[in-house]
Formats: sequence, C-alpha cells, structure tokens
Amino acid sequence: MTARVGVVTFPGSLDDGDAARAVRIAGAEPVRLWHGDPDLHGVDAVVLPGGFSYGDYLRCGAIARFAPVMETIVDAAQGGLPVLGICNGFQILCEAHLLPGALTRNQHLHFRNRDQVLRIESAGTAWTNTFQPGQEVLVPVKNGEGCYVADTATLDQLEAEGRVVARYVGGNPNGSLRDIAAITNSAGNVVGIMPHPEHAVEALTGPSLDGLGFFTSVLKHLVGTPA
Amino acid sequence: MPRVVVDVMLKPEILDPQGQAVANALPRLGVSDVASVRIGRRIEIEFQGEPDLDRAREIADKLLANPVIEDFTVRLVEADETADARS
Repeated sequence: MTARVGVVTFPGSLDDGDAARAVRIAGAEPVRLWHGDPDLHGVDAVVLPGGFSYGDYLRCGAIARFAPVMETIVDAAQGGLPVLGICNGFQILCEAHLLPGALTRNQHLHFRNRDQVLRIESAGTAWTNTFQPGQEVLVPVKNGEGCYVADTATLDQLEAEGRVVARYVGGNPNGSLRDIAAITNSAGNVVGIMPHPEHAVEALTGPSLDGLGFFTSVLKHLVGTPA
Repeated sequence: MPRVVVDVMLKPEILDPQGQAVANALPRLGVSDVASVRIGRRIEIEFQGEPDLDRAREIADKLLANPVIEDFTVRLVEADETADARS
C-alpha cells in the first residue's frame, strides 16, 4: 500500500508544492492538508513546509502554531506520527514546543540563499534512516531567521542524546549555535530542518538529489512500523 | 479605559543583531557615547471590560513572547498616557 504523506498549507506557505512533489518522487502519495481543517485525513506522516505562514507576524511560526491543524498534529506527533518541519515548518515545531529552542534572525541580518553542504549527524530518525552517519549532502538553504538558539543545557542534552540531526559544513549561513541545521525530538519521529531537502530531488531544479533521502527515509520508517 | 501594555524584549544572553546594527549606525549621526542598543516590541491590549492583568500575562506567555528567547513585562497604562507616548 502506498504511504500517504500530508503536506500542510498555511496562508503564506511557499514550498508546499515542492514538498508534495518530493513526496511523490519518493514514491508516496502526497495529501494536501489545510491549516483551518483539524482533520489529518488518515495520513501516515506530515510535512510542514517552508514559507512565511501568517506573514511571519509577531514571530516566525508563532501564529501558525495555533492553527486548527496544528492542534491535531501536536497530539499525533506526541503519539509517534512522523513530522518533518522544513524552514518555516521548523520554526512552527519550535513554537509548538515539539522541538526545543528557537530560530532567530540571522546573525548578519542578511537573507541567505545558496546551496549548502550538511553533515548528517543522526541517521536514527524517521526522516534520516536512509543516510549514513557522517554522510555529507548538498541542499539549498534560504532563510532570514534560521539562527538556531537554545540554552547551553539544552544544547548539551541534544548532543548527548544524539538529537542533532544535521550540521552546516563549509560555512554556517546564519550563525546557528554549534552549526546546527536540524534537530529531532527524543523519540526521533519529529525532525526540524532549516535547509530545504524538498528542493534537491530532481536534476533539473536542484543542486543534487540528496534531499530525496529524507522522504524515502520516512517511507522506510513506515514500512517498519506496525500499523 | 486603561490599556494593558506588554513589553517584550530578547533575553540579555540572546544576541540582538538588529540592535547591534542600529548601534553601529549611530556614529554616522555623530553619536559616539552609546554603549549598546537592544530592540523589543510593545503591544497594547484593550479589553472590552476592565483590564485583566492576569489574562494579559497569559496572552503574553502563550503568544506575544517566546519564553525560550524573550522576557516580557505587563503593566497598566491610562488611555491619555498611551496617547502621550504616541505623540
């Protein structure tokens, strides 16, 4: 049976189309979810895409967190539903307290848009299990508020528990503490990543096909999860 | 009717690049005695009835501020004082 992966559209989402396309190329059925509809329509996993939900008003992700669909996603994520938050999706996951820390304005105040090398630090999550630990991947990064911050105790805990999922290599694009590009929750089903794997799934438009691994990982994870 | 004013500031240990950029621009105005600038956000809340500080605190904690990176204060301000602050 084909896995069904939901992609949420908030007002101001930009990358929902690319995320749905990445899901399809990975071999799953993308299911478009709407921010105002609390029903997840029986999906097996959810992607929160990049963009500027609710115009980034107040703080990035602060208002999206209270969208009707998010209440259902928070409960489902705590029950083990795989959730991947990309860019604005990562910001929403932090605002929703599914992931620790926060994303703040890039240290140099400039919007950064470039192809970025990442090192996969943890291949134990629902979204990275097709990678090798230490593997380097190339995906686009594009953000203005991608500087990951958390207090030292939280950072130490993330490191000790192997919950830093990916780090920037060859230059940190936003000043993120300890070069953190992606983290996971303690169960490994919720991952937030600032760069954009969904833009690196086709030779025509991406710098590599490396991003596809995030989406094939969740399919592998779902096959191994009893229904 | 008095309003509730919520001031949200980045915690001291969180870098404020926006404030730094403003501080770095000040010498161009001929101002050279400013040690630091921090930028925050002021939110005015008007209740339908009597202002409720506890409720305002709850709003601030859950939505207006992110306690991971920001601190906030909540206070009552008379309506004319608010007008003064704008002028």
